Amino acid sequence: MAALTPAQRDAYWNKTSRLMWIIMTLWVIFSFVIPAFAVQLNQIKFFGFPLGFYMAAQGSLIFYVVVCFWNASAQNKIDQEFGVAED
Amino acid sequence: MANQTTNKGFVDNLGKIYGVYAGGFIGFVIILAILEQMGLPNKVIGYCFVFLTIGVYAYIGVISRTSEISEYYVAGRVVPPFFNGMATGADWMSAASFISMAGGLYLGGFGGLGYVLGWTGGYVLVGVLLAPYLRKFGQFTVPDFLGVRYEGNTARICGVVVLFSASFTYIVAQTFGIGIITSRFLGIPFEVAIFVGLLGILVCSMLGGMRAVTWTQVAQYIILIIAYLIPVVWLSTKLFGNPIPELAYGQVLEQIAVLEQKLGILKPHAAAYVDAKGQFSWVEFNNFWALTLTLMIGTASLPHILMRYFTTPNVKDARTSVGWSIFFIFLLYFTAPAYAAFAKLEVYTNVIGQNINALPAWVQNWSQVGGLLTIKDGNGDGILQLSEFIINQDIIVLSMPEIAGLPYVISGLVAAGGLAAALSTADGLLLAIANALSHDVYYKLIDPKASTMRRLVVARVLLVVVAIIGAAVAGTRPAGIIQMVAWAFSLAAAGLFAPLVLGIWWKRTTAAGAIAGMIVGFGVCLYYLIGTRYFDMELWFGIRNISSALFGLPLAFLVTWVVSLMTEAPSKDMQEFVDSIRVPKGELHWVAGQAHE
Repeated sequence: MAALTPAQRDAYWNKTSRLMWIIMTLWVIFSFVIPAFAVQLNQIKFFGFPLGFYMAAQGSLIFYVVVCFWNASAQNKIDQEFGVAED
Repeated sequence: MANQTTNKGFVDNLGKIYGVYAGGFIGFVIILAILEQMGLPNKVIGYCFVFLTIGVYAYIGVISRTSEISEYYVAGRVVPPFFNGMATGADWMSAASFISMAGGLYLGGFGGLGYVLGWTGGYVLVGVLLAPYLRKFGQFTVPDFLGVRYEGNTARICGVVVLFSASFTYIVAQTFGIGIITSRFLGIPFEVAIFVGLLGILVCSMLGGMRAVTWTQVAQYIILIIAYLIPVVWLSTKLFGNPIPELAYGQVLEQIAVLEQKLGILKPHAAAYVDAKGQFSWVEFNNFWALTLTLMIGTASLPHILMRYFTTPNVKDARTSVGWSIFFIFLLYFTAPAYAAFAKLEVYTNVIGQNINALPAWVQNWSQVGGLLTIKDGNGDGILQLSEFIINQDIIVLSMPEIAGLPYVISGLVAAGGLAAALSTADGLLLAIANALSHDVYYKLIDPKASTMRRLVVARVLLVVVAIIGAAVAGTRPAGIIQMVAWAFSLAAAGLFAPLVLGIWWKRTTAAGAIAGMIVGFGVCLYYLIGTRYFDMELWFGIRNISSALFGLPLAFLVTWVVSLMTEAPSKDMQEFVDSIRVPKGELHWVAGQAHE
């Protein structure tokens, strides 16, 4: 078993936490900030959709799918870097 | 060991098995479509869809029966991420998503999008904050985690109480949905239909626990997604020659806007945060984000969802599996607003303004299902006005194929899909409740020496008892589906999110802090919910009670934080346990004296 030293463990967790905060920030933007401006965005037309409506109905959803897969792969890279990925 | 080899062969061939199954189902639909053209009565088509699909689930449930504890509780931890994603999709998408959500969008327009956002975005939280760490923890239930991390049975019991309240509210809503569908398509009274549906739930989950539920849910996902997409794709092709409804409905929105002007509707479909008069309203604005937040946090707190990630082979797969889950859920959620827009266009053009006596048969059929559709010629002119047509959001999706004049086989298909959605979620919930009661209460608290045999018997008996009580409560029609489901999310969010997330991400969280946080968070949420629902309590800041968690949730965090800092830091052993949960590889560091499997 690859035991990490306390310093390595902290470094690993710092990187993991940073990824978490980046994703949480994006999550807040797509879930709350963009919908908050729906009235203004609705002035813009996008393929026949009012843009504010479009973002809440499709745009943010596409972001969620992408970010979940991205989280999985970015975290895997961190795991491998520190040698804590499962065999 | 013969069991294990067959199991391995099965897991390796999942793609082939479910491919054949999906092909078989489409073939079955086509055959029924041909028979319909040859004169097969509608009633028979309804029966075929309901009984054949339940029969298939029962078959899977029976062949997946098991008497091994880890198979029963976590499907042997062999479920590949892709298929766990599908199973989670079915577990997740319930009668609320399938039957009611498009109806909510139909009635609420932009306001309904809070459900679409709320029921998808929570997976980001699941994948980043919780699933991989709970998988590493590697026990059987969510209260298990609370019991170990917060060292003792008090936290475990608090967890079970929240789990039970949330999941039970949720299960009542599902049984209600099953009752609507079986009653309409079998032509039997609602109260009887509920118990027919109940049998459908029990055959899937009773014998095989999580293993049976997993493989049934994959089968149910396939049916529900086919059933949801076909009618919309059909309509989109028929009206616009474009088989991708998600692209075509931009045009639908434009046509609806024109019709709204003509019909004198004050509240436009796509307008954001407007009240019934079409004016911007801060109350609507606040309720929108409150609902979105509640549903997202609730997603990341509902035990029947979290426990799906206990079944993957390892931590890495748990993360990927969250990606697949949201992808499979996305397929339906991305389509629901289109479904709503098409239904609205059909109603505005084909129903409103018609002669009341000449309305088609579906109006009759649906009017008979417990007051979900009422048509009253208020001004006595014989023509149906918009205000004289009152349709309940729970039947928009189910009745849309008939409203749009599609063949009846499509209606049967949609019914089978709705049934799959409701049954699969009910199964997951029932299992979450029964597991918590049998594992956390019976085995961990009452009789830690119970044999495997006995534990499984207790689990099965509890499953049946909870199911029957759920059905009995649903029979009283306590509220609309989507409302009950939103309450379940609120209860779970206020009670469980803070202790779970802080338990992993903040080592300083103490047992006293977490327990106080859970009690205050859940208590405030429950107080607001019951007060506003049953005792005419005034709304706080105009926030509706479907978003009750808005007040309990921040309090749960605050109380946990303050009390944790006031109490002594967790032991060094406990801190090392948290460290070992955070890293995918390696053994867990168990705190001395804690029993585990």
